[in-house]
Order: sequence, then structure tokens, then C-alpha cells
Amino acid sequence: MGAQRCAVIGIGQTKYNSVRDDVSIAGLCREAAIRALEDAQLGWSDIEAVVIGKAPDMFEGVVMPESYLTDALGASGKPIIRVHTAGSVGGSTALVAASLVQSGVHSRVLTVAFEKQSESDAMWALSRPIPFSPPTLAGAGGYFAPLIRAYIRRSGAPSHIGMKVAVKDRLNALKNPYAHLHLDDISMEKVEESPMLWDPIRYLETCPSSDGACAMVLGDEKIASASGKPPAWIHGSAMRSEPTMFAGRDAVNPRAGQDCAKDLYSQAGITNPRKQIDMAEIYVPFSWYEPMWMENLGFAELGQGWKMTDEGATSLDGDLPVNCSGGVLSSNPIGASGMIRFAESALQVRGMAGEHQVQDCNLALGHAYGGGSQYFSMWLVGSKKPN
Amino acid sequence: MADVEQSEIDPNAPVTKISTPIELKYHFTAGRAASRFMRGLMKKKILGQRCPSCLKVYVPPRGSCASCGVPTEEEVELPPKGIVTTYCIVNVPFYGQKIKIPYVTGTILIDGADIGFMHLLQEVEAEEVRMGMRVEAVWQDDSEMVPGLESIKYFRPTGEEDAPFEEYKEYV
Repeated sequence: MGAQRCAVIGIGQTKYNSVRDDVSIAGLCREAAIRALEDAQLGWSDIEAVVIGKAPDMFEGVVMPESYLTDALGASGKPIIRVHTAGSVGGSTALVAASLVQSGVHSRVLTVAFEKQSESDAMWALSRPIPFSPPTLAGAGGYFAPLIRAYIRRSGAPSHIGMKVAVKDRLNALKNPYAHLHLDDISMEKVEESPMLWDPIRYLETCPSSDGACAMVLGDEKIASASGKPPAWIHGSAMRSEPTMFAGRDAVNPRAGQDCAKDLYSQAGITNPRKQIDMAEIYVPFSWYEPMWMENLGFAELGQGWKMTDEGATSLDGDLPVNCSGGVLSSNPIGASGMIRFAESALQVRGMAGEHQVQDCNLALGHAYGGGSQYFSMWLVGSKKPN
Repeated sequence: MADVEQSEIDPNAPVTKISTPIELKYHFTAGRAASRFMRGLMKKKILGQRCPSCLKVYVPPRGSCASCGVPTEEEVELPPKGIVTTYCIVNVPFYGQKIKIPYVTGTILIDGADIGFMHLLQEVEAEEVRMGMRVEAVWQDDSEMVPGLESIKYFRPTGEEDAPFEEYKEYV
């Protein structure tokens, strides 16, 4: 397709927390950006363009972050672009940044995604009544709970699967210093006893509200090859979307997600994703979404995804470790959550994931979804240069 | 008006947060299909539209079928009855909440429709709600009727036998 090679050469994350009132949104983004530049061993003047993403405007009332953040992100006199795809935005922001390198337009691009949930009320923002409809909306959980119930009915999955994912991801988070939740005493009993918020979703089966930002520096082949640290080469990238409501839609296993994964795998020559991919960071805001996405992404047959969780295949020492960072269940600055998945997959193939590093990780998947499961963005990154 | 916290306590303390409420009023143009649907609700009628290509019936109608990319013009009147395909028991309080918790929201598939919509389930204990449960609309009093789904106060069980999963599995 004539695309130029592109790689991640710098990654920066803030510590994710419920309240970061020591910094403004601009300060939060700058903190992540400076860490990414330091990792890339580059300065502000080396950056040619900036691509940013955040969650929908009502989440924190900042309508034009591309204007407000120009200065803080060193974008004066350079192009700055804002990307907008609900919860998947962190992923699609990284892909738009990558496309500026892959197209040959720029050689070094900074991409940043953020959310400061403490300055906002996402639950309120997601529960605004739809005109001419009863005011039944109750946040993301209210939308996804019926789909989870449908998945459980369709697959016949036992009820402990959701709890198992909740425990696994929190144990992984203990190995990630950036993770928001560090629940030392997490257990199946603790999850089971936690309140049912949106039956069948329990409190400990849902993600926290976090403040945080994530940034990456992307470089072209020349820059990445000369980098002093291992780059994460992009082997494939894809985005798909579909309407939220249409007759015949499978909202549990959306077509857009399946098509996105197929496109991604064909770019990288993947015929057996479970065998060929070494680890995956996927967007799991409610624990049941791990088995659901295992099926949507083609790692498991239809109705069989929960068995991967049950057998421990998705654990840190399993054959396909999933969300070794602790995932969205342990840190959820919404606008950044997708980019964290992409950045964590890159950290793994660079061998820089620290205590939650997967051994011999050469190819990793970063995944994000958003809206009513209608936006998908994914990439595959590898330790070796793609053919 | 900005509500400045902290600085009122200590004039030298840094301002870490201000609250700035924003009010937003907007006009909503419903379009032809939704307008007919909403006017129908005021007369206690549920009006859907059938896609000429895949023959699926949309309730509410949208004027087009997103799968086939064609206008939906044929109007179909459906009964105010159907099944709960799936549901959620909401037990989380939040700012701006209009309904007392716990409450049950269900995806209601009206008999003859091919797509469900969310509505409230009442006159049933939360733990008694089931997938496949047959329900009927309870209308607002005549004086309370509005052009919208709020003309239906809620759905309640009819007491009929549940629909078997095979019958509605394509809709969940």
C-alpha cells in the first residue's frame, strides 16, 4: 500500500489517580509529553506535529482542547489536530498520528490523550436523557449491562468469569507503578461481595474514575532505526465504525470489531492470532468484556471466549496474556484509556514493561473501542521491523 | 457565576478548582419518520416502518435502514406489547438521576418489530424480571400524553408464558 514504516520511539505516562489537583489539564498532558520526549531522547523542537485526543466534551467541559493545549504541548507554529471517537479516542488518536508518519508527511509526531475525571462527571454526561425518551440512561454500565447479560445467556458462561477477570487485572496492576488501583487484598470473595451496581455488573467488576494522560512519540524508519532504545514497529493498524442502532445489529459481537481485526491481521500476515500474537492490551471497562472481545477479536470461537479466562490463558503466565498493565479495570482516564492500551502493547515489544513484562514478547495487540461499541481502533506492534 | 473555592478561606492559597455551571438549551428537529411515530404515541399507537429491502421493521422508525442504506416508507402499526430481550437493574445513584433506584430498564422488542428500544419495567420485583418475559405498555393519563416514548409510563408483565430464547436470540 506504499505506507512508510513507522515506530513508537517514546512513551510517557502519568501516575493514574482519582484526583490530580496539583496540575491543570495542560500540566497533566505536559507531564506525559515530557516523559515521552525524554524516552525518545528528543526535544520539543524535534516534533513536527501534535495529535491529541480526549473523551466527549461534556465529560469535562473543555470543548476545544486543540486550542487550549497548543502552548502546553509545544504546538505553536506547528499543526495540531484533535481526534474524536468517544472511548476509543486514545487508540484512533495514535493511529491518526501514525498516519502522518506513514504518509511521509512528517518524520516525528507527538500524540497525547488525556482525561481529568475529577474535574467532571462522566456518569452525568453519559446519562443525559435522549429527546422524547424516558430518562432511563444510567451511565456506561446501564448501556453495557444488558449486553453482558445477553453474552452470558448466549455463551452459557458461568458467573465467576467476570469476577476472575476483575481479580486478574487488579493483581496485574500491582506490578504496574502507573496503575490507579493497587488493591493488595483483592480476591474472588471481595469481588463477589461488592455491591451490584448495574446487575449483572458489580462494583469491583467495573473501572475506576481516573485522572491521567498518556503520550507517545512516533518516528519514521530513519529516526526509529537511529533511536538509542528499541522501537516498537507498527505491523498493522485499522479502524472501523458502525451505527449504534440498526435492525439486525449484533451489539454483543459487533461486525465493526470483527472486520477491524480481520483487516489488521491480514496486514501483518496473521492467520492464527492466538498463536502468533504474544500479548494483548484490550479495552475492558467491565470485566465481562474480556471474554466478549476474545471472541470478537478472533482469539476464541464464538461462545468460547470465557474458557480462555477460566483456563488462565489470559493471565500474565498464560499463552495469551491480556491486560498485563491492569487494564482499564485498574486505570480509566477515559480519553487516555485507549492510548494506554496502545502504549502498553508498545512497551511490551520494546521489553520495557518492567514487572509486568511478558517474556519473549515480539508481537502485541493494542485495542480500543468506544460509544455503544460502535468505534474500534487497533494496532499490532512488533520488536522487529515489518517486511 | 464562578464559584471560587479555597481562596475564600485563605487569600494566599492556590486556586485548585472553580465550578462553572453551563446551561444549554437546544431545539431538536425530529424529522418526518420520528414525527409520525411521536404523534402516533399521543394516540396510543405504535407506528414503525418496514425496510423495503431486508423487510425488517424499525420501532422507532428512522426514515431509513442503516443496513441497506434505503429509505423506509411503508408504515406498520404494531401492538403495544412485546418481550424483554435483555435488561439491567440500575442500583447506582448519580447526579441528575430522575428515577428512584433500584429500577429496571429493559430492551423491549415490540411484537412484529426487528429492533428493540430501552424502557422502564414496573409492577414487577426487580429479581422477577427475566429475559423473554412478555410485557405490555401502560399509557400515561390522557392529560399527560406527550409526543414521545414518555407517553408510555412503563411496561409491565402480561402474565403470559415467556418467549423461548430461540424465538428472540437474534435480537440479543
